[in-house]
Amino acid sequence: MNINELSIKSIEYRKTLLEIIYNSGAGHTGGSLSCVDILNVLYNDVLGISPDNFDSIERNRYIQSKGHSVEALYTVLCDKGFFSRSELDTLNKFDSHFIGHPTRKVSGIEHNTGALGHGLSVATGIALAYRIDANPFKVFTLLGDGELSEGSVWEACTTANKYQLDNLYVIVDRNNLQITGDTELVNPIEPLNQKFESFGFSVKEINGHDLGALKENLNGTPFEKDKPNLIIANTIKGKGISFMENIVSWHHRVPTEKEYKLAMSELEKELKKYE
Amino acid sequence: MNNTIGKPNLEIFADTLLNEAKKNKNIIVVTSDSRGSGKLVNFGKELPSQLIEVGIAEQNLVAVCAGLSAGGKKVFGVSPASFLTARSLEQIKNDIAYSNRPAVMVGISAGISYGQLGATHHSIHDYATLRTINNMTIVSPADNFEASEVIKQSINYEKPLYIRYGKKPLLNLYSKEQNFKIGKANILKKGSDLVFIATGETVQRAYLSSQLLEKEGIQSTVVSMHTLKPFDKETFLEAILNQKVLISLEEHSVYGGLGEMCASVITQEKININYKILGIPDEYMVNGSQSDVLDHYGMSPEKLTNLAKSMIE
Repeated sequence: MNINELSIKSIEYRKTLLEIIYNSGAGHTGGSLSCVDILNVLYNDVLGISPDNFDSIERNRYIQSKGHSVEALYTVLCDKGFFSRSELDTLNKFDSHFIGHPTRKVSGIEHNTGALGHGLSVATGIALAYRIDANPFKVFTLLGDGELSEGSVWEACTTANKYQLDNLYVIVDRNNLQITGDTELVNPIEPLNQKFESFGFSVKEINGHDLGALKENLNGTPFEKDKPNLIIANTIKGKGISFMENIVSWHHRVPTEKEYKLAMSELEKELKKYE
Repeated sequence: MNNTIGKPNLEIFADTLLNEAKKNKNIIVVTSDSRGSGKLVNFGKELPSQLIEVGIAEQNLVAVCAGLSAGGKKVFGVSPASFLTARSLEQIKNDIAYSNRPAVMVGISAGISYGQLGATHHSIHDYATLRTINNMTIVSPADNFEASEVIKQSINYEKPLYIRYGKKPLLNLYSKEQNFKIGKANILKKGSDLVFIATGETVQRAYLSSQLLEKEGIQSTVVSMHTLKPFDKETFLEAILNQKVLISLEEHSVYGGLGEMCASVITQEKININYKILGIPDEYMVNGSQSDVLDHYGMSPEKLTNLAKSMIE
C-alpha cells in the first residue's frame, strides 16, 4: 500500500477507534492513537495476515503485548475483514467477545493479553517454534513503554538473544506516558537504546507516526543477522487529536459529546487534505 | 498391589517423555535451569534440538511455552512446582489457561518433596491456586503407572494441563495395569468399613493403612483421585455410597485441595458421612523430610489406622 493510501487509512482508523470508544463508553484512547499508525503499516503492508490464512502457521504473526490499546487493534482487524462493523459495535456490551483487552474469542486475535510483560515471551516462543521448523515467517510484537518496567520483559530478551531470533521484531510504542504520568518520573526506563543493545538486540529508533519509516523498517531483512530486532517507535500519546496529544488523562478517558465532535471534525479536516 | 517399590515418579516422567519425544519430533521441553531436578539430563543429551533452556526465569518459561504451543509444538514446561505455580501463576492463568493453549506444565519436586529446604521450595498451594483458574486440568500421579500413563495421554490432550511429580521412590499401587484416564478416578480396592481418598504421593499411605486395618478385620476402600480437576464426582459418589466414614489425605494445604473438594460434594449432595480432611494445616510448617512431615501431620499408615478405628467406633 502506498503512503497516500496508508495516510488515509490512519485517519479513518482514528475516526473508527474514537467512535467505538465513544459509543461504548470505555477505552484506552491515548495509547490506541499512539500505536494505530504502527498497526496500520503492519496489517496493510507487512504482515499479510487475512481471515483466509489466519488458521495456518505458514504466515507472519503479531502479538499485541500492550493489550489495553485493543481499540486500535479491533479497528484494523475489522478493516481487514475479520469481523463486521456491527459485531465491533458490540464492544463492551454484555456477552460480547469484544472486551477491553484482546481475546482469541475475537477472530484475528493471536493471543490473550492485557496483563503486561507477557507478549514478548509469547512472541519469543512462536519465533522459536518457527526457527525449529525452518518456517521463514516472522513474529512481531508491540510493547508499551510503561510495560518495560515488568521484569519478565527482560527475561524474554535473554531468551531471544540466546537463540539469536532475528525472525523476531519487537516494537516499543514510546509515547513517554503511562497512567500515572511521564515514564521517566514514574520509573525511568532510559537509556532504552543501550539497554536493548546490551541485551543483544539490533536497535533502530524511528518516528512511529512516519508511515514511510515504518514501512521501511518493518519490511525486509533483519537489521543484523542472528540478532532480534528492536524498534523504538517514538510516538505521541493521543496523536492526531490536538487536545489529546501528550495529555496523560487521555490514557483511558472517554470523550464527551462535545470533545468527540471536535475530534471528529479535526480528523475530517485532515482527511480533506487527501481528497 | 504387591508392595514392591518402584522408582521416583520424576524418573518415570523423564523416561516416558524421552521415549515419546523420540517418536514425535514435535514435542519440545522447556526448562528453567531445571533439567537436573527434572531428570532430563539424558533428554538434553539425546534430543538437544527438542529442549529449550531459558535459565532461571519461570515467568518467561511459561509464556515461551504458550508461544511454542501457538507455533504448533506440543510443549512441556518443566520447573519446580513451587516456582512454576506461584511465581508464574499469572502466565499460567493468562498465557496457557485463558489463551487456551494445550501446553503441559510439569511441576517437579512438588508438595514437600524438597523437605528441609523449607517453605520457599514447597508447593502446598498448587491445587488450590490452579483449581481456581478456569480451563486448567490438574493431575497428581500416585505411582509409576499413573506417572507414565498421564504423560502418554497428555500428548493428545487438547487442554491446558498441570502435572505434579515428587522425587521419592513410590510403591507400585497397580498390581496389574488398570485403565488410567485423565479425569477418571480409580478405586484401587473396595471395602465396606471406610473410605480413604487420596491423591498423588499420599495414596500409598492410604493403601498401607488399609493393609494394616485389614489385619484387624477392617475393610477399606481406597480411591486414587489422580485428577483434581475436573473432579470425578461420579466415581467419588460411587466410592462413598452407603459408607459411614471417609478420610481424605493430600500433600497440600488443607485449604483448597482434595479435602475441601470432597467436602463441597458431600455437603451439596446432602450426604451424611463422618469425614476427616488431612493435609498441611495453616501454621509455620514443621521442618523435616517429606516422609517425616507427612507422618507428623497424621498421614503415617499407623496414625491413619488409629484415626480410622476411632472414626468407625
